[in-house]
Amino acid sequence: MQIPGLEIAQVALSAPVPIWHAHVTAVQWQTAAAAVRNAGGRLVALWAGPMDNVDGSGGSGLPPEAACICAVYGTLEGALWLSLPLAREDAGLVYPDVSAVFPAASRMQRAAAELSGVRAQGAGDTRPWLDHGAWPDGYYPLQQNPGQLPVPQPADLINYPFVRVEGDGVHEIAVGPVHAGIIEPGHFRFSVVGEKVLRLEQRLGYTHKGTEQRMTQLPPLQAARLAGRVSGDSTVAYAWAYCMALESATQTTIPARATWLRAIMLERERIANHLGDLGALGNDAAFAFGLAQFSRLREDWLRGSMRAFGHRLMMDCVVPGGVNADLQPEQIGPLMQLCDGVEKEVHALFAIYEAHPGLQDRFLTTGRVTPALASRLGLTGLAGRASSQTWDLRCDHPWVPYSELQVVMATHNNGDVAARVLVRFEEIFESMRLIRRMLSDMPAGAVHCDVVFPHEAVRGAGWVEGWRGELFVALELAGADQGNRIRRCHLHDPSWQNWPVLEHAIMGNIVPDFPLINKSFNLSYSGHDL
Amino acid sequence: MIWRVIRQIGKTGICTEPAPDIGEAAQAEVARIQTELLTILGQALTIREVDAGSCNGCELEINALGNPYYNLEGLGIKFVASPRHADMLLVTGPVSRNMETALKRTFDATPQPRLVVAVGDCGCDGGIFGESYATCGRVANVIPVDEVVPGCPPAPIDILRGILKAVRRRVRV
Repeated sequence: MQIPGLEIAQVALSAPVPIWHAHVTAVQWQTAAAAVRNAGGRLVALWAGPMDNVDGSGGSGLPPEAACICAVYGTLEGALWLSLPLAREDAGLVYPDVSAVFPAASRMQRAAAELSGVRAQGAGDTRPWLDHGAWPDGYYPLQQNPGQLPVPQPADLINYPFVRVEGDGVHEIAVGPVHAGIIEPGHFRFSVVGEKVLRLEQRLGYTHKGTEQRMTQLPPLQAARLAGRVSGDSTVAYAWAYCMALESATQTTIPARATWLRAIMLERERIANHLGDLGALGNDAAFAFGLAQFSRLREDWLRGSMRAFGHRLMMDCVVPGGVNADLQPEQIGPLMQLCDGVEKEVHALFAIYEAHPGLQDRFLTTGRVTPALASRLGLTGLAGRASSQTWDLRCDHPWVPYSELQVVMATHNNGDVAARVLVRFEEIFESMRLIRRMLSDMPAGAVHCDVVFPHEAVRGAGWVEGWRGELFVALELAGADQGNRIRRCHLHDPSWQNWPVLEHAIMGNIVPDFPLINKSFNLSYSGHDL
Repeated sequence: MIWRVIRQIGKTGICTEPAPDIGEAAQAEVARIQTELLTILGQALTIREVDAGSCNGCELEINALGNPYYNLEGLGIKFVASPRHADMLLVTGPVSRNMETALKRTFDATPQPRLVVAVGDCGCDGGIFGESYATCGRVANVIPVDEVVPGCPPAPIDILRGILKAVRRRVRV
């Protein structure tokens, strides 16, 4: 992979999507960020972990306090995973800040500091993020033996230093962590004048459950279950990304039919979530008819998944080596009919949504993220595509079966709620087309193969376009001498990139539009908090 | 415009399904519970949902209870925005340590007699997340629980069954 201004030795990982890995020095770490930025690339993920021992660069001789900071950059050529080994210096484990180049890195760096004890030198914001004071000082969950629980301490909650907006008539509205609706927990602090929002500051981390530490306690084959529970609405996408990483690490080539079945499930998951969101968006604009209609269609859709795959959300259907069950020939017809039936209804509802003056009045120009702002802040996925950020892995780096389907990307320029609604409608119609094609053209054959673990320590990566955006899973496995255990597994949700942009999207809007704007992004708390 | 909406409503018709059988008894039992709900609480059942750290899978299925098929409000059960308005807490997730205090405060803010239903495998026994530096495990480790609904996530109909069972248990006590 070529990035102008960046000369480093890279190793291509065996994966269906183009991913390279490279070790870098602190200087190269900094040049890489700038070079990728100049080349029009984006930051996909950033995390820290124990020193890696793949390629013999680490190993048992290393001091246990050593760590490694990793970043993944995405360009039109593929993904570049960089590892920067860190040794303890007087200042502790430090690495150069990249949030000045990629603002989205800021919260990822704050999380890495708490989970692994590594600090970004030169970073502007070093406030705690995931750690609310519930676990002991000096305990770095990803650097220590997960078998040893820290000494329980009474949980003294940190009084988080929110940025305060001063001025005549400015007041704060504090919302959460327990929200008024049936949604995940998080805290929003609005600074408002009258109804106008001057500033929103989020505080997340409430659903932090130590998922990444838990990954290291599970055998690699069983960890797919946990990966499928990082964010329940993206269970297929996460399970696929994790399995892709595991299959990439173990150089397993799964049967073709299995990848087609995975893609059918992934597109079904995309449609299920879009149906739910379109209903909720109507409801947030006081159009209860929309909620009733779309929630009915979503229920039809989920029952279809139950009949075809045995689970309404298709949890645990994607497994290492393939999928857990095949579709029988007699199931194809009903699945096709369900596509036809639901699509017809969505077309009717699309016409109503588009022509409804009250609804359009609430949607248009609300929560606007201009393409320039989206590009600067790194807005990604569905929300990014509504602001001209034309990235979609299914189109950029199509792997089987997407390579045979010519996926059409849905994009818009307006970056408002209306644009994010439109992208959802268009993606439903496109996914319906993909599902129909896949159901009729799916190759025959096995749907599962065994995963054989190698002797040496290995790394692998998975990169999948979930309904919300791109998911990246980085996996490092120990060698056979340690039972091929998971040394580190990072599961990256696109919500990391998009949450900070939501703070910008609400500025200047009125408070009652926040639920609408928030829903139009529909970001994950659990996938972000891990 | 409005004609199109009305036509779509007419075309869809009513798709609400009957309330679930909650065990030994059938429909009559549900009707009896509804009457008992009224006697005990003097009102319809109100529920405050608390996500104490779930993966969001349980929330998706709890939300589904509001769709026309399950038509929860048609049974006289309503989700409310504040624990102060609630008769029951529906709690999901392994309770993360970061949500422990918020969950306790929500419980304290719920007026007596209050019911607590833990939804999902994680809420029942900690699930795949278990207990760790970051989670307290099952809901019962943090607040008293009246009824559990296992499943990952449980289907909407099972959640509804769990809600009705919790109410019935309280009625019998």
